[in-house]
Amino acid sequence: MSKGIVELEEGWPFMETGVAKLKRILEELPEPAFESVQYITLYTTIYNMCVQKPPHDFSQQLYDKYRGVIDDYNKQTVLPAIRKKHGEYMLRELVKRWANHKVLVRWLSRFFDYLDRYFVPRRNLLTLNSVGLTSFRDLVYQEIQSNAKDAVLELIHKEREGEQIDRSLLKNVIDVYCGNGMGEMVKYEEDFESFLLQDSASYYSRKASKWSQEDSCPDYMRKAEECLKLEKERVTNYLHSTTEPKLLGKVQNELLVVVAKQLIENEHSGCRALLRDDKMDDLSRMYKLYHPILQGLDPVADLFKQHVTAEGNALIKQAADAAINQDASAGGVQDQVLVRKEIELHDKYMVYVDECFQKHSLFHKALKEAFEVFCNKTVAGVSSAEILATYCDNILKTRGGSEKLSEEATEITLEKVVKLLVYISDKDLFAEFYRKKQARRLLFDRSGNDEHERSILTKLKELLGGQFTSKMEGMVTDITLAKEQQTNFADYLSASLTTKLGIDLTVTVLTTGFWPSYKTSDLNLPIEMVNCVEAFKTFYGTITKHRRLSWIYSLGTCHISGKFDKKSLELVVSTYQAAVLLLFNNAERLSYTEMLEQLNLSHEDLVRLLHSLSCGKYKILIKEPMSRTISKTDTFEFNSKFTDKMRRIRVPLPPMDERKKVVEDVDKDRRYAIDAALVRIMKSRKVLGHQQLVSECVEHLSKMFKPDIKMIKKRIEDLISRDYLERDSENPNTFKYVA
Amino acid sequence: MRRSSSKKKSGQSTESVTTDLFRSASSKASNKEMDRIDHLFNQYANKSSSLIDPEGIEELCSNLEVSHTDIRILMLAWKMKAEKQGYFTHEEWRRGLKALRADTINKLKKALPELEKEVRRPSNFADFYAYAFCYCLTEEKQKSIDIETICQLLEIVMGSTFRAQVDYFVEYLKIQNDYKVINMDQWMGLYRFCNEISFPDMGNYNPELAWPLILDNFVEWIQEKQA
Repeated sequence: MSKGIVELEEGWPFMETGVAKLKRILEELPEPAFESVQYITLYTTIYNMCVQKPPHDFSQQLYDKYRGVIDDYNKQTVLPAIRKKHGEYMLRELVKRWANHKVLVRWLSRFFDYLDRYFVPRRNLLTLNSVGLTSFRDLVYQEIQSNAKDAVLELIHKEREGEQIDRSLLKNVIDVYCGNGMGEMVKYEEDFESFLLQDSASYYSRKASKWSQEDSCPDYMRKAEECLKLEKERVTNYLHSTTEPKLLGKVQNELLVVVAKQLIENEHSGCRALLRDDKMDDLSRMYKLYHPILQGLDPVADLFKQHVTAEGNALIKQAADAAINQDASAGGVQDQVLVRKEIELHDKYMVYVDECFQKHSLFHKALKEAFEVFCNKTVAGVSSAEILATYCDNILKTRGGSEKLSEEATEITLEKVVKLLVYISDKDLFAEFYRKKQARRLLFDRSGNDEHERSILTKLKELLGGQFTSKMEGMVTDITLAKEQQTNFADYLSASLTTKLGIDLTVTVLTTGFWPSYKTSDLNLPIEMVNCVEAFKTFYGTITKHRRLSWIYSLGTCHISGKFDKKSLELVVSTYQAAVLLLFNNAERLSYTEMLEQLNLSHEDLVRLLHSLSCGKYKILIKEPMSRTISKTDTFEFNSKFTDKMRRIRVPLPPMDERKKVVEDVDKDRRYAIDAALVRIMKSRKVLGHQQLVSECVEHLSKMFKPDIKMIKKRIEDLISRDYLERDSENPNTFKYVA
Repeated sequence: MRRSSSKKKSGQSTESVTTDLFRSASSKASNKEMDRIDHLFNQYANKSSSLIDPEGIEELCSNLEVSHTDIRILMLAWKMKAEKQGYFTHEEWRRGLKALRADTINKLKKALPELEKEVRRPSNFADFYAYAFCYCLTEEKQKSIDIETICQLLEIVMGSTFRAQVDYFVEYLKIQNDYKVINMDQWMGLYRFCNEISFPDMGNYNPELAWPLILDNFVEWIQEKQA
């Protein structure tokens, strides 16, 4: 190495030999690899030419020549080589040339490295690496990128159509695009990706039109699912990861969004048909496909709701039709069947919500709204609230109820019934019917299961709050306490020497607030019973002085012995019936009016009683004349010829129709509830507009019932006239609280 | 001393005399007016109760040449702020006639058109309308008026300005069963109805607003009739 100045004319040719060697290696010509000495010499040559003092500092020139070398190579060798080829071959060449280029740049920049250390940063120029890449980009990439893109898309098309293609080739081509962005994805996105997306969109658009014409909905969905899967794989295999959401978005759009309406609402095989035919797998697929799409599930949920509503309405109609065809007494059976079917329907579609629709809130909502539509319909004049209460009653009562279920089954059924109750808007009406029936069960059906009674109350309490169930719980407690008290009464009687009753008396003390209101009547008790009642009164007086007992004989039961000609029979009757029968201990024959006077009952009551004893299944009294209805001119006689194969018979008294009274009571309670809600709201808000007041009132009461808007208006007016509220003088649509 | 004081006096009295004269003149005049008003009162008042009672009012009406069911008598009562229907107290009489500056029957008669104009001014009419309701409350603690009376009252108060509405409403009131009496809120609601709602199409009536329920029902009834 000479120690003197290296002139450019001297140093450069030396570099050129190095470059030429490099080129030959790249062209795969037979050429030995670079030895370290050669490499170092080349590096040093550059070094020397750069550190020399001006005017022999050739940094700028060398920098330019470096660029020149690469440019020339690109123009003369690389570009022509690529231009010569087409399609897949062109791509291969491109990939090869790109790889080569990177090697070239790497090596060259090592040789010229010294420039990168001082010259480049000092002058704020592009690094050698960048210069190299820029050259390729401007001379080669710029020219061939469009053709390359077309070639790639063609290959992708082939693969989509089912042919095998060279995936690693495509991956490498994509690297070219990415690499030529100089650290940014812009080239990839603009020169390739945008075309890919457009191309894919039109490809799938064509497929969508074709398949939607030819295929059934399930088949189409299967194909769509497959396409999405394949496109995802495509990205993983050779595209850039950022393309995935964009590509899948396009595919989804063409295959699913554009044809959504056609597909989902397809008459023969769309959502409706799938629901109808219980195609759960296909529905699951539909959910999966439309879940990632914005608002994609809305039409599906809507059709689901419509379907369930239609099924529910069909059940209602079935029940209504059956009720018309049967007479009144058997009509009750249809109600019970209806509830059972509603429960089944609910179970069935809840499975759909859980499994097909992945418990998505949209579908929970759809199911709920569907049930709210038909669960509130009246069937043959009976409200849904009453139907449900009767259903519970049948499960819980031991005599005359529905067929007996096991402990577990009963529990499960009660739980499901409570679930149905959620959909009923008149919950307070249900509560009132339930309470009335519960009272009847507790008082007359002594063999009932206390545990079940309490269990359902717990479930109701969970759902609707303690306020709903407090009275009912009180009733159950009363019965338990009454049993205890009866033991105490028995002890009291046996301890007392003077009080001998002659008959067994059981008394149940009811707490007035809990139980439904019953009419007390001034029945003239048979003398045998009067003593008993007095005895209990005295006993009760020893327990507490602060309570007053009102006797409700209409709820009592008597076991009396009827001494008929053939044999004696034990008759299980109500206290009222017993009172009627015992009259015949003192007279053979009695007229209606005589009995009315002696018993001190109302006409309504007496007619019912006499009917049950003379016109029903057991004719214990003979009625003259023998017509089917009781009239005030009838006379009655003890039927000594009466007999039955059983030793003990129960003579039922058909219950009075409670329905009207229940509805009236509930209406009255609602008026109070609305008043209370209105006052509560106005007290806290002080001033409130009419519409807001109404909507808040509805909201407050929604747990128990859906208030009628007209009723709310009426209550507001009532509150105004009672000076709780006043209308704002400036704005008549606003109300003010009057403290 | 006297002189000075009289001088002072005369100094003062030059001004005060004029004002005094003026005041005394006007007060004399007003006294005279009040006398005449009182005199007029006594003409119609019942001697034992010292009130103008229904009989007296009838006579007054005939002298004024208006029917006793004429709205102008009600307006007169309003001007007087009369409390009890069918009666005018001395104070009320004084109040009303002084305000109208009428101390003879003729002046009173002439004042009636002016009074009517005053009452019909929108700022006053609402007040008058409300007054008309209260005027009909005869018992203490009474808050509502029976249907029959309401119909008559409506006729008097609104008959000339809202003929169609009054006719329909009166017909409706007579056939409906929901309400046996009308309260102040409903009464005022009707006033707003007549003023705000186009009739008979009622296109701008919105039952979701805070109209009294009776008006909602009324509108429904008319719409059914029209269908």
